[in-house]
Amino acid sequence: MLTANLQHLDKDYDVVVVGGGPAGMAAALGAKETGAEKVLIVDREKEAGGILLQCIHPGFGLQHFREELTGPEYAERYKQQVLDAGIHVATDTYVLDIDQDKQVKLLSGTDGVRLINTKAAVLSMGARERTRGAIRTPGHRPAGILTAGLAQKFVNLMGYLPGNKAVILGSGDIGLIMARRLTLEGVEVKGVFEIMPHANGLNRNIVQCLHDYDIPLHLSTTVVDLQGRDRLEKITVAPVDSHFQPDLSKSWDIDCDTLLLSIGLIPENELTRRLKIRLDPVTQGAVVNSQMETSKDGVFVCGNVVHIHDLVDFVSAESELTGRNAGLYVTDQQPPGDNIRLVPGENVRYCVPHTISSDRTHTVYMRASQPMEESILRLGDVYEKKLRYVVPAEMINLKVRPRFLQNFHGETLKVDILPVDNT
Amino acid sequence: MTTQQEEHTLSHYLCIGCPMGCRLEVEADDGEIVEVRGFSCQRGENYAKQEFVEPRRMVTTTVKINHSLWARIPVKTVDAIPKERVQDLCDALHRIQLEAPVEMGDVILEDALGTGINVVASRSMPRTAEMAKT
Ligand code: SF4
Repeated sequence: MLTANLQHLDKDYDVVVVGGGPAGMAAALGAKETGAEKVLIVDREKEAGGILLQCIHPGFGLQHFREELTGPEYAERYKQQVLDAGIHVATDTYVLDIDQDKQVKLLSGTDGVRLINTKAAVLSMGARERTRGAIRTPGHRPAGILTAGLAQKFVNLMGYLPGNKAVILGSGDIGLIMARRLTLEGVEVKGVFEIMPHANGLNRNIVQCLHDYDIPLHLSTTVVDLQGRDRLEKITVAPVDSHFQPDLSKSWDIDCDTLLLSIGLIPENELTRRLKIRLDPVTQGAVVNSQMETSKDGVFVCGNVVHIHDLVDFVSAESELTGRNAGLYVTDQQPPGDNIRLVPGENVRYCVPHTISSDRTHTVYMRASQPMEESILRLGDVYEKKLRYVVPAEMINLKVRPRFLQNFHGETLKVDILPVDNT
Repeated sequence: MTTQQEEHTLSHYLCIGCPMGCRLEVEADDGEIVEVRGFSCQRGENYAKQEFVEPRRMVTTTVKINHSLWARIPVKTVDAIPKERVQDLCDALHRIQLEAPVEMGDVILEDALGTGINVVASRSMPRTAEMAKT
């Protein structure tokens, strides 16, 4: 059932999922599979699908569906499954609060506030884009400066062009994709500027989004000034040194009316904080056990709200597992808890989940701090595997099997990524 | 050896087939491919050959749609078209206006620009009663 009317909802649910993007939809389906009867997805947009709906380019689903899909196609396949499974979806609705007894306070523009109860909650609110404040660009405050994802929504869903002459700051994938997108819509894209000495996005996107359209990419360069009273008129850019200090003597001006920011994502954890759930300062998402359950009993998390993923396919896999565990929780079939804590070691920024159990197989996701050529991924002294290369932009996943841990009796396992010649 | 007729070339491409981004090399004599190297799968080999002969790209863009949930509907070519036709195709698609509802997979433009390739809707778009006012 799909509804924007809160009066159509039940009073009690087994599982309430906050956020109907790819993570929320996969979690809702997972919960159904393991026995949750009444499942509700709440989304603040006018339909479920999340950010996939505006990602009209191909590149999704190669792992999960074994074929290459556009974002809307990937979302629609899931949406259909969600409706077929009898899951309720409340659209245009905001979750204001979840209290300690898992009473959920919903708000919608048409129906006001409604309280419902749930046995378990899945938080899948996703992430939001870093804005101008996060990088402290100096200069005026004119119109025409917006995040790349917002521009993507304007262009692809709402049918507005953000301007005529654009510059993109940050070489994340969304920025690269928007460079091509705006070009095809007739906007003159004057260049992509990246403060780091290397691009953040995938090489394939540099080729097909920039090279194909002769859009220049300026590395180790950033925006140092913005001019224009009402509307952006001009920006100044300058190369930076190895400490990211701009060299103003080499700066130059660019006429443009639009500046798109593609400078990273931050998990959107306001609800998680209200619930006083423990957060990991590195991922800025919740600390989770191997069932993706948080420090609050019966509250689960999945997707970009836990840690930023590079592929939606991984989000789907992680979230389905999360949902399955929420379903097991409400049907009193939850497996025993974890007995091993994972500790990020050498060149490992973080691991998710934070704990595992020695009697089940787990997929552990992690990110490296530094790029490295051929290296060895080590799990304590129980397991190791060779990696062809590691880069911080690409998530690493490791299957941890019970047999690795047969003879292990400790409580913590350190995870290291080491150069080959050091081992 | 006469350079004009027996030209030996090495061309380099970065595969856009998947996020791996393999570095591809095509060795050719006189415009005839001799060997393709660097791919990790069949997609990559095919891409390198195609890129050498005639680069092609998938096209995704949006089309105006009336009485619908959103103002634009995403569309895509079902297969890649010659790279230099991409902008022309986008321009042609900008001249189209659709009426909701549309189903995912509906053909939006048949035999786009004579390439033999159809453009289809990448999603279903319901008709919205409230929006019918406009
Ligand atoms: S060759 Fe295959 S594996 Fe390598 S980038 Fe291309 S599609 Fe991906």
